[in-house]
Amino acid sequence: MNVAGGVVQAVVVVGGAPLLVGVMRQVRARLEGRAGPGIGQPWRDLRKLLGKEPITPRGTTELFRLAPLVSLATVLVVAVVAPFVTTVPTVGPAADLFAVVALLALGTVVLALAGLDTGTAFGGMGASREVTILALVEPTLLVAIFALSVRVGSTNLGAIMTATVEDPARVISPVSLLAAVALVVVTVAENGRLPVDNPSTHLELTMVHEAMVLEYAGPDLALVELASAMRLAVFLGLLGNLFLPWGLATGTDPVALAVGVLALVVKVGVLGALLAAAEVFLAKLRLFRVPELLAGSFLLSLLAATAAFFLA
Amino acid sequence: MRHTLRPDELPAHARSLLDQGFRLALVAGHDDTVIGRDALRAVYLFTAPDPDRRVELHVELDRARPHLPSLAGLSFPAGRFERELHDLFGIVPDDHPLPRRLVRHFHWPRGWHPMLADAGDPPDFGDTDGPYPFRAVEGPGVYEIPVGPVHAGMIGPGHFRFSVVGETILNLKARLWFVHRGLERLFTGRTPESGVELAERVSGDTTVGHTLAYCLAVEQATGLTVPAAATRVRAVLLELERLYNHVADLGALANDVGHGILNVHAGRLREELLRINDAVTGSRLLRGAIHPGGATVATLPDPDRLAVLATEVAELAHLALEHSVVRDRFAGTSVLTRDQAADLGTLGYVARASGLLVDARHDHPFLPTPTDHVRHTHTEGDVLSRFVVRVEEFADSVTRIAALTGGGAQEPERDRAAAGSGVGIVEGWRGTVTHRVETTSDGVLTRVKIVDPSFFNWPALPVALADTIVPDFPLTNKSFNLSYAGNDL
Repeated sequence: MNVAGGVVQAVVVVGGAPLLVGVMRQVRARLEGRAGPGIGQPWRDLRKLLGKEPITPRGTTELFRLAPLVSLATVLVVAVVAPFVTTVPTVGPAADLFAVVALLALGTVVLALAGLDTGTAFGGMGASREVTILALVEPTLLVAIFALSVRVGSTNLGAIMTATVEDPARVISPVSLLAAVALVVVTVAENGRLPVDNPSTHLELTMVHEAMVLEYAGPDLALVELASAMRLAVFLGLLGNLFLPWGLATGTDPVALAVGVLALVVKVGVLGALLAAAEVFLAKLRLFRVPELLAGSFLLSLLAATAAFFLA
Repeated sequence: MRHTLRPDELPAHARSLLDQGFRLALVAGHDDTVIGRDALRAVYLFTAPDPDRRVELHVELDRARPHLPSLAGLSFPAGRFERELHDLFGIVPDDHPLPRRLVRHFHWPRGWHPMLADAGDPPDFGDTDGPYPFRAVEGPGVYEIPVGPVHAGMIGPGHFRFSVVGETILNLKARLWFVHRGLERLFTGRTPESGVELAERVSGDTTVGHTLAYCLAVEQATGLTVPAAATRVRAVLLELERLYNHVADLGALANDVGHGILNVHAGRLREELLRINDAVTGSRLLRGAIHPGGATVATLPDPDRLAVLATEVAELAHLALEHSVVRDRFAGTSVLTRDQAADLGTLGYVARASGLLVDARHDHPFLPTPTDHVRHTHTEGDVLSRFVVRVEEFADSVTRIAALTGGGAQEPERDRAAAGSGVGIVEGWRGTVTHRVETTSDGVLTRVKIVDPSFFNWPALPVALADTIVPDFPLTNKSFNLSYAGNDL
């Protein structure tokens, strides 16, 4: 058991995720020549939303009210159990590849159900699009991380990362590079970033994630927004630690944990800034071209898995 | 040219004019109580280019039984004008194929027609005019998406009902006319000078287009002459309005495909143009410069500065079109074929992007010499064509302004007689704007009829959207960029 590590990870992810979104928006604003609202704006928005009266649309069920909580809870569990700051497991062997992917998928599915629960055209439309993308992304995610697990002989994320720390040459192996590209596409698609979805649009008809949660307001919306920011932080954190695991604490002493936190913040911050900078040069794909992109990323992950067996 | 006809003579005349290449530019209802005659009257304005021809057909109607033979079978716009006549004046088009309300607000009580002289103030909401169902598309997997009339962005009110299977649009019904302002009625009883402030506000982004059309109509009606220099200034202002609106659209189109950086740059270019507008007229939206009998500006725009902006717009367009994803989103999206564009009577860049040659600057010039049509490289009728047409018109407008500010031949001023009625036709940035006014002998306005190009272009939007996917609707809508205010007077 590693209670300290788990608490530190949860605090860093919850506190830092909105700041990550703030950094990304600020990077984009500066690159576009705008002043930008500053990196604290997402937290200010959350505070504002949390202070509002809770309100739910007529005709919705408990599912609609529980979905934000479930969505937030799943990401929070991932933030606690997966190795972000330290590889020492918090609660037994829960940092398993399949468990983490399933938890993240559960968060998306429950929001999709809530979108359907509203009975509005936009909720249904958003849910349908989100599930289409989810169905194409999940196999890629599983196969790509599986490719990395082959040489380690374990699907435990901590074990995979520890093995990379011990043998840094693995990072530039074909397996690792192919899987990295596939996982970047997954991160973009799962978090509704360009070119798959446009997080800053006001055009309801083009939305994916935003259409699904269009009926949420007040504190519920705050939870949805926080969960969505944490998802992005979790994905970037996994991406960073799988391919650049340096700085990750392997013990539980406070100094190692502090170094681990610092390394995580730097890695996720840099990856987020790079993602935001890349988005300036991108445009949103036509919806029917998204499967082509995701099929391509699945192919890369499949190649990574194949290479893991043949080039081992 | 003006003909006064009995109702039963109308179809034969209209058919003969349409066969000669005329288009129906405007239909105005009149309640002649205001000029002391107890009758209703419908005025049909037909126009044709090469040379500029305008023919008016006046049809006197019995107030007790105001019926007209419908021209909907001859011309699609005629059918819409007739529905407007019915809603505003209670004039019934006989044998109309689609005799339901058009501009009539749902909550107006049955039998209340706001343009009749005895209509009075707007009544409380009363018995509505019966149901107005949407066409239901049925079949496995078909569902409806209702959007609006309140939208997420700064857009006018319009309700759109999509019938969709999967993501493909099977049918779109746009229901507009939520904010009737009674604008045409406000003109009645005003002097021509005090009508300018109304004309400037018909549609916020078409100040010059509507004001100029109004002034041309008033000048013909009252026999005012305009100095040649003022005419050229008016032409310059018309192009300035085109510049700032086109560049805003170019940015918005890029933004709608998620390529926001170009929108930011377009916003900067638009701001520079608005400041030029401010320097020229004292108003960023070019208000207050054009008035009956002339035009007043503080200074003329610097052609060199505009030429620099034109290079920057060309670069912006190049960046958009060289981006493979942006180009993929634009090309082949929401095609309006040439035949469809012609049948619906579309105007402006929508028509030109579909390969039609309609441009009032050539067809109905107010300058002494007509100008040539702009040559366009893309006329396939898709979003790409509507984007490129705007880019090419921007460059063309800058060239025109340079030529106009360089001076021109001094035309001798001709005195003309007051005609009592007048027509103004102007190529606004969105398309051909037509105004028709009637005045009393001492120059007081008795009727002003306004037609914005959006009235002709709105029906083209659902046609272009057939077989388009739902997420491409906002992009298509922006590529048409039709006015709600100019449409709903």
